[in-house]
Formats: sequence, C-alpha cells, structure tokens
Amino acid sequence: MNFTAKERERFDFAVIANWIPPAERVLDLGCGDGRLLRYLRETKGVTGYGVEIDPQSVLNCIRNDVDVIQIDIERGLSGFENQSFNHVIISQALQAMHATERILGEMLRVAEEAVVSFPNFAYRANRAAIAQGHMPVSENLPYQWYETPNVRFFTIADFEALCGKLDIKIRERLAFDENGQEVNDDPNLNGSLAFYRLGQKT
Amino acid sequence: MSPKNSVGVVAAQRVRFDEPIVLKSGAVLPGFELAFETYGALNAARSNAVLVCHALSGGHHVAGVYADRPKDLGWWDNLIGPGKPLDTNKFFVVGVNNLGGCYGSTGPLSINPETGKHYGADFPMVTVEDWVAAHARLANHLGVDTWAAVIGGSLGGMQALEWSLQFPDRIRHAMVIASAPKLSAQNIAFNEVARQAIISDPDFRGGHYAEHGLVPTNGLRLARMVGHITYLSDSQMGEKFGRQLRHGEHRFSYDVDFEIESYLRYQGDKFAGFFDANTYLITTKALDYFDPAYAYNGDLAAALARAKARFFVASFSTDWRFAPARSREIVFALLHNQRHVAYAEIDCDAGHDSFLLDDAHYHAVLRAYLENISV
Repeated sequence: MNFTAKERERFDFAVIANWIPPAERVLDLGCGDGRLLRYLRETKGVTGYGVEIDPQSVLNCIRNDVDVIQIDIERGLSGFENQSFNHVIISQALQAMHATERILGEMLRVAEEAVVSFPNFAYRANRAAIAQGHMPVSENLPYQWYETPNVRFFTIADFEALCGKLDIKIRERLAFDENGQEVNDDPNLNGSLAFYRLGQKT
Repeated sequence: MSPKNSVGVVAAQRVRFDEPIVLKSGAVLPGFELAFETYGALNAARSNAVLVCHALSGGHHVAGVYADRPKDLGWWDNLIGPGKPLDTNKFFVVGVNNLGGCYGSTGPLSINPETGKHYGADFPMVTVEDWVAAHARLANHLGVDTWAAVIGGSLGGMQALEWSLQFPDRIRHAMVIASAPKLSAQNIAFNEVARQAIISDPDFRGGHYAEHGLVPTNGLRLARMVGHITYLSDSQMGEKFGRQLRHGEHRFSYDVDFEIESYLRYQGDKFAGFFDANTYLITTKALDYFDPAYAYNGDLAAALARAKARFFVASFSTDWRFAPARSREIVFALLHNQRHVAYAEIDCDAGHDSFLLDDAHYHAVLRAYLENISV
C-alpha cells in the first residue's frame, strides 16, 4: 500500500528530524513552503532559516511563520558565514538545481553537517519505466518530463561517486522504497528515496 | 478599492512637546509639534499599535480622506484599512509627519519663537535618529509602550530599522521595505544634485525665502524631476513613455517634444506647488547621514547586535535606487546576529516606487506577515 502524500511527507520529515539534535541552528535550502522547518521547530525546538527562490513558496513560508530568505542558491551562499549552522538541509531539492558541486561545497562551508535527500533515478520502478520507453513518473518523481522542475537526474551510485570526487564524507545513508520500508539490499536498485548525512573529510 | 475597505474620513491631530530635544547635530529645539493621524483603535492591552514611517515626500496622511478634500487619499491607502493587509480591524495604525516636515509638524516653515519669523535656513538639521526620538514621544503620548510593528518604505524603512536600534524593547516587528542600511555614493550624488538645484535658485535667498514671500519653485521642480527619475525603472519608463512625441513630430525646440519630458515637468510642477524646499534639503541630508554602522567601523552586523525585533525585509527586482543587494546587507547582518528575519525579493517592474503600489504578490506577502503578528 502506498503512502498518501501527507503520510509520505511526515515520513520524510521524521527521517530528517531523527538526525537533528534539539535546539540546533538549521538552514533549509530550497525549503518550499517551510513546513519542514516548522516541523523541526515544533518537534525539536530548532531555530533557523529557510532559503527559497520561488515567490509563491516564499509567501507560503511567511504564512507558516517561517523565517525565509528569498535568494537564488544557484548563485552561492556568499552571505552566509562559515560554520554558522549546525545542520544545513536540502530535502528533495538538489535535483532541481544546476550548481550541484558548488551547492554541496557551500553547504559544508556554512554548516558542520549536511543532510541531503533525493529521489533515486535508478530505483527499480524507474528503470522499468525507461525499459518500457518512458520517463518515470511516480510518487517520488511526480512530474511529467515536460513539466518537471528537476534538472539533474542522478542515482545513489552517482551521488556517492560525486561525494568521493568532492572529498565529502558520507557519515550515514538511509534508503527507502515507495512504501517507506528501509532498504539495505542493493539500495541503488531497491531504494526510491535516499537520505544522507554528509561531513567534510578530516 | 471599494469604499467599505477604506478607513473613510479622517482628521489630522497635533501634539506639542515642551521638553527640549537635543538633536544629533548638537542643536537643541526648545520644543516641537508633531502632526499625526490614527486609524483603528488601540486595544486594552495596548499591543496592537503600528507606526507607519514616511519617505521623502510623504507625511502623516497615510490612509483615508479628509472631509473637505475627498480626493486627498492617504499615501498608503491601498495598504491600510479594514480588511486590507495592514488591517485596521486588528491594528491601531499611526501615521506621523517627521520633525522638520512641512505638513504640520514643526519644521522650517514654522515660526521660530526666538525671532518671531519663519525658521527657514535656521531650522536645525535633523537625522533619522532624531525622528525616531521624536516618534517615541508620540508613542508615549498615545500610551504605546511597544509597537507591534514599525513599517516603512525607503527612508521610512530606515526609520523602522532605527527604531529597532534606538528602542530595542519598544518594537516587536521592524518592517523594512525597499530600503538600505546607508546610501551609496551614487545615492548621495543624486541628492546633492537635487540640493544644488534648490540652493542655486535665486528665489532660495539662503533658505529664507519665506520671509520674502518667495518659493524657489524652479529649484524644487528640478530636484523633484531628478529624484523622480531614480524612483522609476528604465524598463517601466520605456514602456510607459518610450520615445512618444507630444505633437507627433520633432519640433526642434526646448519645449516639450517627448512625453517623458512632459511627465517630469508635470511631476516637478506639482511637487513644487506644495513641498517646502528647506524640508527637502533637510530630508535628503538625513538620508545621506543615516548609517548605523558608521559608529562601528562600518560593521553593520555589529551595529544591529542591539536589535531584538523580528524583521520583515522586502526589496523590488527593478529598484535601482535601493537595489535588492542593499536589503540583503540588512538581512545578512541580522543573520549574523541570529535574529528572526523574513526576506522577500518582489518581482515588480515599477522600480523604487513599487513599494507604494498594490502589486498582488507584494500585498499578499505583507498581509501574510501582518496576519502572523500577535496582538
């Protein structure tokens, strides 16, 4: 049985919240309508800011009483000071940004640890869709190819290769299938959503 | 806008403060009056008061109309009223004319008690800090210990910022719109051109024109024309006027050929008909001097460390007078101090003047922020 959108969101939030100690300072990049930050504020007592470029999302953040900063992350995080946050989060937004390498580097400049989640394009169902001749559309990839905000299509294997290239240390990885079951066996094939804790190599 | 959303007919009030005020320049005014208006009602907890600060040419008439002047709409009437984003059913809204102004508060056109004549050029220079100190007396007079919010655009935004620094415990939300933490050299340059236009007008008479029954109309007119160019965006001016000809042909004269010339002349004439030249000079100098980081070796973050308010900061994409980057300076200085701030960069083609318009998204953002302010 598949999750409803709301259950799925709660699930995503819970996975991330589990990695965020109480009362931390958090920066959420591509924060959408700010619901994750609000959730973290209400459940973990975190403080922090969301960053968003989409005007409607910024409006929704303000409605949600979330501190949001409307800037274009693609141009870097130059106003944010080094190590000024405990955690920086990018929840299912990295695939919608062009400057992947730069953003990952900037994240670990401004925070001690980065939490990244993204849909795995090599998930079994996505491979099946391609095998049948179509771009995948699923709960974790809910867009048709002609309307998707996603611009970077990558897999768990690809992402980990990039982390290696950028000297980013993967501290922890969790992968889940579409039913929210944790996947340990061949996550690049069986994982629909991937979550990472990332740090700098020391 | 339907009349039911209007605050309707309003009346200006005036209050006199007899305790001398020591200005930032060191000059002392023995006392002063402020003209103000209020809309809505102060609640029992006195927790719903919002101060609206005006920019260069604005005043205390912020919303509604006067009984004897039904077309004289307040300058931010599109924002303020029952059911409007700054909702007078919820908030007690106060508009004030700044000290040194020309709409009723003590200023250069007032009579100097020491001489019995107009102050004119003898009116001391006032700063944004002085305005806020004067506002605080008005707050006391109204029984407002703490503003729920202080809001302003442009120079008004600087006053909201200054409120958070001078009286950190008396302001819960600072709403700083289309503003900057200080003027750039280019900003000061435009102000200087405007001032020189006024000062070099033969009717200026060293600032004592009122004594002679004169008005430096040409200077004021030029000052406003220059200023007006900086309030609009190039694209909007191009769209609105382009190279449209007034008479459908090139006339090879210095009369109006292009529509933009006609527009600027009209704006200049209108402004020179009601605004006081000395107030214009004083106000542009207040703009030039405003720089909270000045006392902190240019470190804005250090200057804002005192602030306790939550901030709303907004800028407009086509505003080149106070460009979005200027607002971001404020935002990142607040971040350094771990202050609450929401920052919106509004896509609007009307340049600096965008903050006065009722752009749907802009007003939705303001409404959303104001709705979350507890009273």
